[in-house]
Amino acid sequence: MTNVSLSNLKKSYGKTQVLHGINLDIQSGEFVVLVGPSGCGKSTTLRMIAGLEEVSAGDIRIGGDVVNDMEPKERNIAMVFQNYAIYPHMSVRKNIGFGLRTSKLSKDEKNARIDEVAGILELNDLLERKPNQLSGGQRQRVAIGRAMVRDPAAFLFDEPLSNLDAQLRTQMRLEIKKLHQRVGNTIIFVTHDQVEAMTMADRIVIMKDGHIQQVGTPFEVFYEPANIFVAQFIGAPSMNMLSGTVKGEAVALDNGTSIQVPTTKLSEDQKVAVGLRPDALLVGEGEGLFTGEVSVIEPLGTDTLAYVKVGDKEVIAKASGRTPPAVGDVVNLHAAPEAIHLFDADTGEAIR
Amino acid sequence: MAFSETLDTGRNASALRSATRRKRSQAQLIRWLLLFAGGIAMVMPIIYMLSTSFKYPFEVYNLNLIPEEPTLENYTYVLEDGRFFSWFTNSVVIATITTICNVLFDSLVGYVLCKYTFPGRYIVFIAILSTLMIPTEMLVIPWYLMSSTFGWLDTYWGIMFPGLMTAFGVFLMKQFFETVPDDFLEAARIDGLNELQIWWTVAMPLVRPALAALAIFVFLGNWTAFIWPLIVTNSQEMYTLPVGLTTFSVEAQVEWELIMTGAAISTIPTLIVFLVFQRYIIRGVVMAGLKG
Repeated sequence: MTNVSLSNLKKSYGKTQVLHGINLDIQSGEFVVLVGPSGCGKSTTLRMIAGLEEVSAGDIRIGGDVVNDMEPKERNIAMVFQNYAIYPHMSVRKNIGFGLRTSKLSKDEKNARIDEVAGILELNDLLERKPNQLSGGQRQRVAIGRAMVRDPAAFLFDEPLSNLDAQLRTQMRLEIKKLHQRVGNTIIFVTHDQVEAMTMADRIVIMKDGHIQQVGTPFEVFYEPANIFVAQFIGAPSMNMLSGTVKGEAVALDNGTSIQVPTTKLSEDQKVAVGLRPDALLVGEGEGLFTGEVSVIEPLGTDTLAYVKVGDKEVIAKASGRTPPAVGDVVNLHAAPEAIHLFDADTGEAIR
Repeated sequence: MAFSETLDTGRNASALRSATRRKRSQAQLIRWLLLFAGGIAMVMPIIYMLSTSFKYPFEVYNLNLIPEEPTLENYTYVLEDGRFFSWFTNSVVIATITTICNVLFDSLVGYVLCKYTFPGRYIVFIAILSTLMIPTEMLVIPWYLMSSTFGWLDTYWGIMFPGLMTAFGVFLMKQFFETVPDDFLEAARIDGLNELQIWWTVAMPLVRPALAALAIFVFLGNWTAFIWPLIVTNSQEMYTLPVGLTTFSVEAQVEWELIMTGAAISTIPTLIVFLVFQRYIIRGVVMAGLKG
């Protein structure tokens, strides 16, 4: 197992810079997910680690060695691609064994290795099949098998679940997580799906426009977002964001309401954004933070999401699934003080 | 009242439908007739070739399709003539080597032009394509001068060298390699294969239909090539089949029955190649975006 380290990593295509100095240390055996919207540089970062893209500036270290100028094959990493990249003209056995072509192992040893990996991934009965005779999930497992067979220092996954349907994606998510717990290799996983990131990662790296926004455990990025982007990117539905101005010990919100906040780090008349996660903003009895009229409800079973008009702003709140409010009802919204997030309106950074 | 109106509307709709059907079937008939006429125009020369090959010389200029006195003598004569066998061998050797070279070189160049980025890539591609605009008749003079300078006249190499790589083949293969996702090649790169191994092990099997189509095109083209082999060869031993068959035309007369017999025999390998690979050729042409 090997640690991977990126220091001041930059990438430019001509005059366009797409990565602006990435610094990241990934510990041996860690499961790190790079997540962000399209064009944020997450796949480019992964491809640079793999050696498929040249490094414009900065260093990539794998196991302590700078690998900038090394060929992909010399880096001892394996990669699983979005479209699986399993060869349609080869059987499952040959696909899995493909990574051993250049290995010095004997034929018997190679076969034993293939069988071992097939056993782990439950592909034993499919070894002689061609990829077109496999389901999406089985193809994905073959792709993972081909990566595993070489016992690489690190696995790189480039949006491997994007082509799967929702049910299969959930299943594969679990399988990959179990696999990591079993083999313990370092995994760097790229996705644009924050649910995948939250459910699988030891640590999440949230990226935007070629910059890292925050690195942290799923708990940290959810409960202690570093800025407005992270706060709104992580969590579904997105965090409610209300802008306002600090007035005394409260924030006068632009929608005409006011909210009490701890003011120790705030200055009078400072422009701020108040963030409230929908699952922390509850429809309830008695006076709360806000009062508003329900415009839409989305029943989810256990809970119901209520879209509530507060002043001129609509916020999403959580209501009971059994006794949801009706459209047109005027409801009170409550939130615990610790659930209120404050951000500087100018910089977008969290105020703690 | 309402019922009769409904009935009238129903009748009108039914009349309209049958008129449309009639028009459609007429259009269909015209299409079929045109195709039939085209088919006849294509097939008749072949039928005459076969028919003539079974005729005695006195009957050659009769236009009847079925010979009055069918004979196999022409076949016996042609097959017993040692020259025919050597022309046949020459054609097989030349068409086969040229086909193999085209499959390898065209796909290699097409692959590089498609999958690698380097300065001047587009210019190289356009330069290769532009050679398609020069007619063969214009090229035979420089080819001949080259052959003469390098001592390639009347040799296999002399016959083959202009066709060892074709611009059409490069274009066809480049188009096909566009359909191979880069992920396949990158996965192989990570798995430790060098660039030549990636081309041979990963990319080539994925474009097998195009390779088959290219092989057929090149084989047929070289099997039937006439002008260049005629110019570059001097001795009868080096003739290819199409060139050799013309020697059946002597000063006094043209022995059509022998020429047709030779032509009939020479179609056999091409027919076999075509029948074996025809499903590939259709797929290959369609996928290259070249209709027809």
